[in-house]
Amino acid sequence: MVTSAAPRHAAPPVHAGPARMTATPPPIPTLLDSDVVRPAPPASRAIKAQVENFSFFYSTVQALADVSLPFRERAITALIGPSGCGKTTLLRCFNRMHDLYPGNRYVGRILLHPDNLNIVAREVDPISLRMRISMVFQKPNPFPKSIFENVAYGLRLRGIRSRSELEGRIQVALEDAALWGEVKDRLRKPAYDLSGGQQQRLCIARALANEPEVLLLDEPTSALDPIATSRIEDLIVELKERVTIAIVTHNMQQAARISDYTAFMYLGKLIEYGATAEVFQNPKCKETEDYVTGRFG
Amino acid sequence: MIVTDRFIARTRLQDRAFSVLGATLTVGAMLFLGILLFDLARDGLSRIDWQFLTSFPSRRPGMAGVLSAWVGSLLIMLVTAVTAIPLGIAAGVYLEEYARKNWFATAIEINITNLAGVPSIIFGLMALGLFVFRFNFGQSILAGGLTLGCLILPIVIVSTREALRTIPRGMREAAYALGATRWQVARHHLLPYSLPGIATGVIIAISRAIGETAPLITIGALTFIAFLPPAPVTLDPEFAVQPLKWVWSPFTVLPIQMFNWVSRPGDDFLRNAAATGIILIGLTLTMNAVAVVLRYRMRRRIKW
Ligand SMILES: Nc1ncnc2c1ncn2[C@@H]1O[C@H](COP(=O)(O)OP(=O)(O)OP(=O)(O)O)[C@@H](O)[C@H]1O
Ligand SMILES: [Mg+2]
Repeated sequence: MVTSAAPRHAAPPVHAGPARMTATPPPIPTLLDSDVVRPAPPASRAIKAQVENFSFFYSTVQALADVSLPFRERAITALIGPSGCGKTTLLRCFNRMHDLYPGNRYVGRILLHPDNLNIVAREVDPISLRMRISMVFQKPNPFPKSIFENVAYGLRLRGIRSRSELEGRIQVALEDAALWGEVKDRLRKPAYDLSGGQQQRLCIARALANEPEVLLLDEPTSALDPIATSRIEDLIVELKERVTIAIVTHNMQQAARISDYTAFMYLGKLIEYGATAEVFQNPKCKETEDYVTGRFG
Repeated sequence: MIVTDRFIARTRLQDRAFSVLGATLTVGAMLFLGILLFDLARDGLSRIDWQFLTSFPSRRPGMAGVLSAWVGSLLIMLVTAVTAIPLGIAAGVYLEEYARKNWFATAIEINITNLAGVPSIIFGLMALGLFVFRFNFGQSILAGGLTLGCLILPIVIVSTREALRTIPRGMREAAYALGATRWQVARHHLLPYSLPGIATGVIIAISRAIGETAPLITIGALTFIAFLPPAPVTLDPEFAVQPLKWVWSPFTVLPIQMFNWVSRPGDDFLRNAAATGIILIGLTLTMNAVAVVLRYRMRRRIKW
């Protein structure tokens, strides 16, 4: 799906795709070669959330303009684009984070399926929405409480009281977030004693523990080392069977490796959306190609 | 190199000059306070003893004491704290977290900031009309405590809001994103994390209230009280439980007692006044110390 009808750039031959990708600095060469050429995802998975003619305003400043794109079930959708193009802004519409500040305005619809709920409608209760949609923020933001309490908090909000159930779920979430081994002996210690990368994984565990329907990840691995990054990537790929995932990333390799669909945004507009292999190897717009090949952004 | 040695020498000189100026002023101020305290101590320290603390005022300075005054001060503070602290914190949380940010909220905000600067005697006048006459509380501990409660309410609200604002945005967002309601965010996160700041503001507000004289005189606090408020439980002359009867009792407080003695002729009464002043300053300094310790202990547990 192409929202802007930019003239099509001379399409390179399909087999040139991987070669072009390796032209950008490779962080982990082994992952690159094998994973960049992901098989295209099954043509049409059910749509979990549909953004429709959606615009967003920070008071008078328009940050998103007429964005339309689907987020499919059991798939990972990557949002890419240069800094300040509105990726975070779009993600934060899904759990109505913008409600917390005065003057913000949503225009258009974001429909959440299966119940066909317009997420940004005024009458939709943001609390019940946030019970279904979890988010990992760009900056790690653990609570100044213990590691255990951090992960337990969402569960407590969902009415889970039993000690053993909490402990079980917390262990699973921490294992999923590739953090369990490092913290299992210090669950009662303050979360702030963790390193930045560990804090981010804690935040991932905190989001996962709630078993959300949609998981919003805002550059979840930007603070992590390659090993933790690849573990988180594995986790995300594994998770997509259970939860619809939207991930913002500045790492083109990452987007190529793990996502099924990619949306390229620029200056608050959606420039191109499609299956990841298509967007990376055979982009329809000149801007997209320049961006994914690292020529701008 | 762009920068010259002479330029560096000049900036360094400015830095030096400022630190010398700052140190001089600080030492000067400390010296002044020191002399004041020393003077007070010389006059009154020897007067503070068990007899002084356990006696009612008297026409004979040697037999007089501050029993009714310090009990009155303590009870007034109790009423003030019990009313102003919960109300002020609740109002602060409401304004910061619940209220829509519109012109009405802005108007309230400006009003509260202004109230914090209104002369205390104005609060006394207001209280005289409202508590003493309209509500018929009389010249009681209740009326006095509520008066000072009104006086410090703006300070508590402002310090609560300021403490809440120091909490990083990400912390609130994390809690909301997990599905917390505003009340849960306030209860589980904002209040615990801002408690050191709030506690400091509250203690400073109370230590201001404890020295207040004018509004209490305005509502008609007595200067000569030779009895204590009724105890919550009495055995004598007969057994009675009257947990709140003391709030209706007339009262005096330390600064009023001091004022009363200062205005009398004779060195002996002046010594009494100085001794009362020392007790008052001691109380204030103790509370400030508690504030510092509290803030330090709680800050250690919370960091971002
Ligand atoms: N609270 C705000 N008020 C006004 N403008 C804002 C606000 N937050 C973001 N913006 C603007 O909205 C635009 C989109 O910001 P956004 O944070 O969504 O970018 P982003 O794509 O996530 O960038 P990055 O990759 O750097 O995280 C930017 O131009 C930014 O300046
Ligand atoms: Mg962002």
